[in-house]
Amino acid sequence: MRVLMFGWEFPPHITGGLGTACFGLTKGLMKHGVQVIFVVPKAFGDESQEAVRLVNASDVTIDIADEIYREYWKNITYMEIGSNLIPYVGPEDFERISNENILENSTLEQSVFSKKFTFTGKYGHDLMKEVSRYALVASTIAASQEFDVIHAHDWLTYPAGIAAKNISGKPLVVHVHATEFDRSGVNVNQNVYDIERKGMEAADRVITVSNLTRNIVIEKYGIPEEKVITVHNAVEPTQSKTQDFPTGVIKEKVVSFLGRITFQKGPDYFVEAAYKVHCKDPNVRFVMAGEGDMLNRMIKRVAQLRMGSKFHFTGFLKGENVDRLFALSDVYVMPSVSEPFGISPLEAMRSNVPVVISKQSGVSEVLNHAIKVDFWDIDAMADAIYGLLHYPALSKMFIRYGKDEVDNMIWENSAFIIKEVYQSVIK
Amino acid sequence: MRSICFYFQVHQPFRLRTYRFFDIGMQHDYFDDFQNQYIAKRIANKCYLPMNQLLLDLIHEYGSAFKVSFSISGTALDQFEQYVPEVIESFRKLADTGCVEFMAETYSHSLSSLKSKDEFFKQVRQQNERLEQLIGYKPKTFRNTELIYSDYIGQMVYEMGFKTMLTEGAKQILGWKSPNYLYCNGQEPRLKLLLKNFRLSDDIAFRFSQTSWPEWPLTTEKYVDWLNAIPQEEEMVNLFMDYETFGEHQWPETGIFEFMKALPARVFSHSNFSFNTPSEIAENCQPVSAIHVPSPISWADEERDLTAWLGNELQDDAFDSLYNLEWKVNQCDHWELQRDWKYLQTSDHFYYMCTKWFSDGDVHKYFNPYGSPYDAFINYMNILSDFIMRVDNHLAWKAENVVPEKAKVEEVAVTEVKKVVVKKTAAAPKETVKKAVVAKKKK
Repeated sequence: MRVLMFGWEFPPHITGGLGTACFGLTKGLMKHGVQVIFVVPKAFGDESQEAVRLVNASDVTIDIADEIYREYWKNITYMEIGSNLIPYVGPEDFERISNENILENSTLEQSVFSKKFTFTGKYGHDLMKEVSRYALVASTIAASQEFDVIHAHDWLTYPAGIAAKNISGKPLVVHVHATEFDRSGVNVNQNVYDIERKGMEAADRVITVSNLTRNIVIEKYGIPEEKVITVHNAVEPTQSKTQDFPTGVIKEKVVSFLGRITFQKGPDYFVEAAYKVHCKDPNVRFVMAGEGDMLNRMIKRVAQLRMGSKFHFTGFLKGENVDRLFALSDVYVMPSVSEPFGISPLEAMRSNVPVVISKQSGVSEVLNHAIKVDFWDIDAMADAIYGLLHYPALSKMFIRYGKDEVDNMIWENSAFIIKEVYQSVIK
Repeated sequence: MRSICFYFQVHQPFRLRTYRFFDIGMQHDYFDDFQNQYIAKRIANKCYLPMNQLLLDLIHEYGSAFKVSFSISGTALDQFEQYVPEVIESFRKLADTGCVEFMAETYSHSLSSLKSKDEFFKQVRQQNERLEQLIGYKPKTFRNTELIYSDYIGQMVYEMGFKTMLTEGAKQILGWKSPNYLYCNGQEPRLKLLLKNFRLSDDIAFRFSQTSWPEWPLTTEKYVDWLNAIPQEEEMVNLFMDYETFGEHQWPETGIFEFMKALPARVFSHSNFSFNTPSEIAENCQPVSAIHVPSPISWADEERDLTAWLGNELQDDAFDSLYNLEWKVNQCDHWELQRDWKYLQTSDHFYYMCTKWFSDGDVHKYFNPYGSPYDAFINYMNILSDFIMRVDNHLAWKAENVVPEKAKVEEVAVTEVKKVVVKKTAAAPKETVKKAVVAKKKK
């Protein structure tokens, strides 16, 4: 069985959990004899190739003159500008998008489009444009590759998935790692929502990473229940051993937070809970790893609470530094306000770090050996942190059983279910 | 005769390297040696060396008629010694002429005067020793970091034995009064104050090369006319500025060196001004009035207050966390810890955390190696965390290996009662102290 898989990122070039999940999943599928052609916008060349054939979308030549692509270009433009109101997008971007709309009608500029598109491969200002171009490229790839099923990860790749389905006639599976409601709260970007809904509607099956997300897909996107299947994420077995890192230089206990520092991840609740612990026991260090639009506000708040010498910011971490942080940590906290799954607590537990997670996360559906609190309940969160730090019996139990629990949550199992999903749609 | 008093501030901070959270407990080198060396060398070649030569030539040309004064921070002296020793040599030559006064300040250009009298006194003492050692000059006049001054700081300065001090002629303290007179401290009238004439100083320091300034280009003729326009009864003009003005802030191409070269001749031929050092002025003039400064002023920014270094959450947290360590550090007799303690106090670190430049002050940006005040804060706090750990570790080691003074004293007290026991026990701790010292040396 061959799968044409569309992603947006792949290790080591990741901005979040999506790349990591895709990597684990493709490796799991390989174990079940499924071949994967993984398409990413920009292959840097140093991605792990062990499980997949990586196709760099930037290397595919497009000939826009071909009628099929012109047909598709129309569709993209339609999706891109569902209405003239584009929230999020500033006037400049709007003008840019509008100009493209004009390009759609011009037949004279064919030569302009017959070229290789270069993708930046980073989430950025030209996102909508890139999503559209990616879809354009996808149709080329779909026409030139042999495969049985198409698998698209998150909204950025749904247009590509749809395009590939239209060209090849093969079944489409879309994988929902997060919805617009998770990312933006109540300020939903209508364009993104539309793309998501179209993708789910066009798909033969929708895979969600948790029941939490499954409910959102059914209720907010109106997708029929029987089409939506939950496949929980898993975690890669650790590669670098914790012993590799010299620990013990920091005498205090370390409590860490790792994730984008945005509203969705609840960093402010972590800071407030940290302060409560700090007042009780000043011999605790807190680490906030990650970047995001709330970072500066968090730094200011920490300074205001006068715990700057005990609360550290590391910026975005990846690879070895993540393992290093876990090796130093005594407790890991994920206070997400809304988290479709949340793979990071599993990584922490795998490194023998007990975790405190919010009840509003998908991962809380599958974890038993974790302390679960409401994200807004900073007293309970502080209490849990303090307990794990000071009552060895508690933390020992969590470490022992937590490790076992996570060791059984392997991608191979998730991939097995996904393979079944594939088989159910291939006729 | 009326006086022109030139005073130049020479200061370089030990800039910090990028120090990550993961370095805490692992790496104890905090300073960006490459950057510090690079900048020290660059500014030495662009400013210190050529300008010192220019001043030396002027002094030789006009005999003792041309005089200037300097303050050089201890951190700057340390950098010169390490990276560009020829700068020290050239300052020494200036000192030998007898026409140049060097002033006292805090060793690390710190804000200690705002926080701790002990630390303030200690740093001034260290700075005086360093200046005497390297330049061969014993300072008599005091100038605090960035001209920071208040009534209380003035009193402390007098207590240290200084009779004259420099500060900003800030509008909020002078009101209608002119900065062109000698003043004295509001509480301690024996401390004389020289106030900066910020308009005429900034004409040279900031506006000299501004083509948008209506008075541009500034010529010595024009400048001396302005000096002459000062009412005859006013006794002095205090021109205080960063020494880096010459060649670094104002590039040689602006003509700043030529301006300075030509200025004395014009002053001598077209005005009744002479050049004097602060201590000469303090000796020759009488204070006209006391000046009251209840809350501290400085020469920074439009506000002339402390908000460039202190006041926002980041700065206050960093500042307080640092000075909370003082009593602990005082018990450490480890030279590296003492050195880092001094260098971490340098006011520039807090200046980098200033959020004011979001709205105003290209000046802040110009001097800031960090992308944002938040970056500056994170980096500083990581380093400070490591420093706190080192201090604690050292004290823990000391507690185990060295018998503290207090215990010895107590023991002696006990021995007076039981004299027989004394001789044996008193000998024991001394030995352990020796052993500890030997162990330390081995390390």
